[in-house]
Amino acid sequence: MSAETTHSQIAFPQETLAEVNRILGLFPEDNKKSALLRVLHIAQAEFGWLDVPVMDYVARLLHINPVEVYEVATFYSMYDTKPVGKVKLEVCRTGPCMIEGAEKIVKYIEDKLGIKDGETTADGVFTLKTVECLGACGYAPMLQAGEQFHEHLTEEKVDALIEKYRANPRANYMGM
Amino acid sequence: MGRKLLLEHANIEGIASYDVYRKNGGYRSVEKALKTMTPDEVVEEVKKSGLRGRGGAGFPTGMKWSFLAKPEGVPRYLLCNADESEPGTFKDRYLMEKIPHLLIEGMITSSFALGANQSYIYIRGEYMYVLRILEKAIAEAYANGWLGKNILGSGYNLDLAVSPGAGAYICGEETALIESLEGKRGNPRIKPPFPAVKGLWGCPTVVNNVETIAAVVPIVNDGGDEYAKIGIGKSTGTKLISASGNIRKPGVYEIELGISVDEFLNSEEWCGGMKNGKRLKACVPGGSSVPILPHFLVTKTAAGEDRLMSYESLADGGFATGSMLGSGGFIVYDEDQCIVRNTWNFTRFYHHESCGQCSPCREGTGWMEKVLHRLEYGHGKMEDIDLLWDIQRKIEGNTICPLGDAAAWPVAAAIRHFREEFEWHVNEPQACMQRNYGLVAEKVFAPASV
Repeated sequence: MSAETTHSQIAFPQETLAEVNRILGLFPEDNKKSALLRVLHIAQAEFGWLDVPVMDYVARLLHINPVEVYEVATFYSMYDTKPVGKVKLEVCRTGPCMIEGAEKIVKYIEDKLGIKDGETTADGVFTLKTVECLGACGYAPMLQAGEQFHEHLTEEKVDALIEKYRANPRANYMGM
Repeated sequence: MGRKLLLEHANIEGIASYDVYRKNGGYRSVEKALKTMTPDEVVEEVKKSGLRGRGGAGFPTGMKWSFLAKPEGVPRYLLCNADESEPGTFKDRYLMEKIPHLLIEGMITSSFALGANQSYIYIRGEYMYVLRILEKAIAEAYANGWLGKNILGSGYNLDLAVSPGAGAYICGEETALIESLEGKRGNPRIKPPFPAVKGLWGCPTVVNNVETIAAVVPIVNDGGDEYAKIGIGKSTGTKLISASGNIRKPGVYEIELGISVDEFLNSEEWCGGMKNGKRLKACVPGGSSVPILPHFLVTKTAAGEDRLMSYESLADGGFATGSMLGSGGFIVYDEDQCIVRNTWNFTRFYHHESCGQCSPCREGTGWMEKVLHRLEYGHGKMEDIDLLWDIQRKIEGNTICPLGDAAAWPVAAAIRHFREEFEWHVNEPQACMQRNYGLVAEKVFAPASV
């Protein structure tokens, strides 16, 4: 993925630019920087991860300094400043999810995909990541893939969702 | 069966859509406020209702609103805090997903009361699919004349938008939320100045939780006095409780404040009692930040009175024998759960989420995590327990924002109430690694029902 994005010819397609302009329109004239977090989400969905050329492009779109983008991209846990797989399986590991067996689910995914927490499969499809509370404590254990919450996880459900995303890695991204 | 003010219509088919919501009495509070009330009258009703912030702090909402500075020619902002991230709390997501127009309606009525012409809902980035639900609802509200210019011919203008975070618990703190909404790192600001004077883009700002803003709808519809009739003492109205852990029926419940913890925990209407016939070991009644209660202090106070689901009763006994209602994240632990492991898990969370501005929090949370990790994994020393106590005390009260306190309290309470279990981890490290934690409970604690 990095090969695709580590160059300077980075630009959103027209329809994405229209969405960015709509988002910029939600904020007053002098405060367009407020759109930064949303635009970074869009950039990450579009380009896979946020490398420096992507962040510089976002800075140009918002008329802010690149460092203002870097400092935000490195602060928030949802942004990837290193390459990741097409699908991130983000398993909640906090409190109630731990009680309900999140650790077993993580182990099951690790064994099934042959990767450890934080790693990406050799085919570049899946990244496994343990994350902090996603607000689904009553429906634990759970994981998020793209925008989708998968709750009450069992090994069978994990099998099914891995098959689903292997067939269509972009399912559940950007509201699709 | 208690009264439901927020979730009454939540299970009606199609309630997420404008038409169904409107048919079920939606947007009446906007009509009433804009056509028959002045902004100050709306604030007065909220004051009379006794509504307290539902995000965790429990500060009276009407009072918070009355602090808002109103200098001439300066815009004011209402921000909705939908950054729900407190472990154990998932009520706001439920409300926004099920009945998004209730939040939109509350935002309009509240914005009118505060004289805000531009309001934002700041939602955690992980709830992106909920953001899309809210954006759809907002578009419907614009299309039907509830947002935009000259709403209902009243001359009042309001624009409303949603903006996401990107994974940071700290952005639930109101000044960090404002920073984040300005497109920056979520570092909390030093107060004063408070947001009511200098908030978003330097302008007077009110930040309220999703549930707080939703509660303004029934308050305006029925009047603050009616709302105040529900509940007990200074805990008025209804509260959404997120119930999780080792109970038969986890989920989001709307309760009238003041029902007993025993009823909430054990009745079929709510949690349905403990799962798998296990015994209660402990409960965190208000989200991960509040003190954990051992089984004998969950349904009774130290004085032997029934513990109630209210701000006052859950706090009865202070931190020595009480806890807090907090955000209503009600986490239940059975006899198989390890308190050391749970405390380590929560502390890892706070370490991960510390913004890094203040040394006591940045360094202290990581230090506590390491100490707890070695205790849990059988390398702990007896003096580690006192060391933990010392670290948490030096974090509490010594940071810009309450995240430090939130990280310190769970550790303090775990040691206060479960010191023997910590000591057992030191004395029998092999056993605590290999044996079922239920046996630990059996060994250390008296039976749950005496």
